[in-house]
Amino acid sequence: MLEIKDLHANINGKEILKGINLTIKEGEVHAIMGPNGSGKSTLSAVLAGNPNYEVTKGSASFLGKNLLELSPEDRSREGLFLSFQYPVEIQGVSMVNFMRAAVNEHRKYKKLPALSASDFLKLMRERKEFVELDNSLANRSVNEGFSGGEKKRNEIFQMAMLEPRLSILDETDSGLDIDALRIVANGVNKLKNPHSSTIVITHYQRLLDYIKPDIVHVLYKGQIVKTGTPDLALELEERGYDWIKKELGE
Amino acid sequence: MEEQSYIDLYKTHAETIKSKSSDILNAFRDEAFADFEKNGLPSPTSERYRYSDLKKSYGINYGLNINRLPIQINPSDIFRCDVPGIKSHLFYVVNDSFFLDKNAENLPKGVIICGLNEAAEKYPELVRKYYAKQAQKHNDPNVSFNMTFAQDGFFMYVPKNTEIAEPIQLINIMSGNADIMANSHNLIILEENAKAKLLVCDHSLKDFNFLSNRITEVFVGENATYEHYKLESTGEKHTNICNLLIEQQKSSNVLTNIITLHNGLTRNNIDICLMGEYAETKLCGMAIGNGCQKIDNATNIDHAVPNCTSNELFKYILDEKSKGTFFGRVLVRKDAQKTASFQTNKNMCLSADATMYTKPQLEIYADDVKCSHGATTGQLDENALFYLRSRGISEREAQLLLLQAFTADITENITVGALKDRVKMLVESRLRNEQPKCTACAICK
Repeated sequence: MLEIKDLHANINGKEILKGINLTIKEGEVHAIMGPNGSGKSTLSAVLAGNPNYEVTKGSASFLGKNLLELSPEDRSREGLFLSFQYPVEIQGVSMVNFMRAAVNEHRKYKKLPALSASDFLKLMRERKEFVELDNSLANRSVNEGFSGGEKKRNEIFQMAMLEPRLSILDETDSGLDIDALRIVANGVNKLKNPHSSTIVITHYQRLLDYIKPDIVHVLYKGQIVKTGTPDLALELEERGYDWIKKELGE
Repeated sequence: MEEQSYIDLYKTHAETIKSKSSDILNAFRDEAFADFEKNGLPSPTSERYRYSDLKKSYGINYGLNINRLPIQINPSDIFRCDVPGIKSHLFYVVNDSFFLDKNAENLPKGVIICGLNEAAEKYPELVRKYYAKQAQKHNDPNVSFNMTFAQDGFFMYVPKNTEIAEPIQLINIMSGNADIMANSHNLIILEENAKAKLLVCDHSLKDFNFLSNRITEVFVGENATYEHYKLESTGEKHTNICNLLIEQQKSSNVLTNIITLHNGLTRNNIDICLMGEYAETKLCGMAIGNGCQKIDNATNIDHAVPNCTSNELFKYILDEKSKGTFFGRVLVRKDAQKTASFQTNKNMCLSADATMYTKPQLEIYADDVKCSHGATTGQLDENALFYLRSRGISEREAQLLLLQAFTADITENITVGALKDRVKMLVESRLRNEQPKCTACAICK
């Protein structure tokens, strides 16, 4: 589904990703862990097409297409979804208008007719159940005045609306209390199907108790330095990253 | 025409001008002319008109209809307003001549709406009591010029304890087969406890050079409620000068919303004087510019007495080589304690060539007040754009969503539901770079 080869990327001239290699197959859940500043969020931003980052080398293909050539909107329409670590507040744009525009652009891309207003509202009602969001959501401005937990639930709600093939959850657990974490993780699990894949970026094992990964990677200084089974996450939780640094000869 | 040509024009034709107008209007004419002769046309060298070269606009050789020749036009043939669901009483001022609507008879008892000249003839006491009461205090070259030449306009009177439920709609149309100038003077009076809404739509019908210089004096009585909407969609060769002067008595409530959708060169001079305690005023507006359009709003809110509230919000979206100016003065006089006054100006420059001049000016002489002001000029939020795009929304649509959101707190201030929906739609089509069209309006077709 996703194949990244020797990916290098800069922000403001500073190289953050220094040769990422990663292959994700249909149905797999990959966890990416790593110390602060290792490039985890940069990787997710580059995959989603954030124009602030410049890819200097390497390739990434998604469902057979050259991902790096696609605009952010086309990446989304092709089925890539990024759950933002810091969802953006957009004053004056209501959730309902935002989601209607997004869903209908996805449908247009697939050459499907736009949803009728009633079908759309029905879909919205149904999907917000996944993350237990309340009814006032539709008319509120995007993320404006949302609590940290609501923002993350809202990300997963959008994921439920767009039904992506590949979801990248960038520290979706940060800023969540235990209950919210459970709701968010349950939402992600309910949306899981044999054809969809997930990349979970996190610092903590806690989230991985709920969203069980098949493979765990350690990202350090812009490269994937270790790949293992879910046990690797448990080991990191217990021992930290120093032993990995030692293995790398630091 | 040059300044001197206008001076000569008046000197030569003063008698004609006066003979075709009412004595009440004429009573101020010579004095206004003396001011005009002394101060001249609005000059870009003056601080007040620094960013809008009106002198250049006045410089065109316009025709003035000082002989009051009837205009061979039936405005309702060319203009049918189609705001779905809006029931309004329609009136027209074509150039500077007033036209009556056939629905005028359905107005509540005691309400008078007619041409200013007709009102001066039929209700001289009423007109004399108010006419020029605010304008004559205004030391402004456009006001002096208007009062030198204006011969007619729109008159509206809402007596005590009377409410006009449906909005009154005044359509200002500039039309003709030559370059034309129009000076009109509108007088709006709301007595104690009266309630009314006025929607003023400015249009230009043909692609000649037009200059309209209009004064609207509004007197809002004690406890009265008034809403004034100005919706402008004029052509690029139209210079539109609007002098809106509002005086508010005790506990009155006024909402003013000035929306410039499309224009050539527009100057709005808006002066609101809070003369009675506990008066409240909300003044907002927005402008969308592209091409070489120029939108200049100069506002002045005068807190003359204690315990009044003013809220001001202006927003501009400027693209290409358009130019916006916002000059917002708030004056809190020495005795105006417990004043609450808030002013905000937010602007979006979408191109490197668009220019915005903003000058908030608070003058506070009282010491127990709550006042704030803020002005920002910037571009669309890149993080928000990326967020929207990352959900599959194209860059263009994402920009539109953000721009519509930017204008939302102005359009939300429209209390007539049908009008609000229509304005939102017009804003959207304008942002999509389509000419704003009111579907059934022959002017827009």
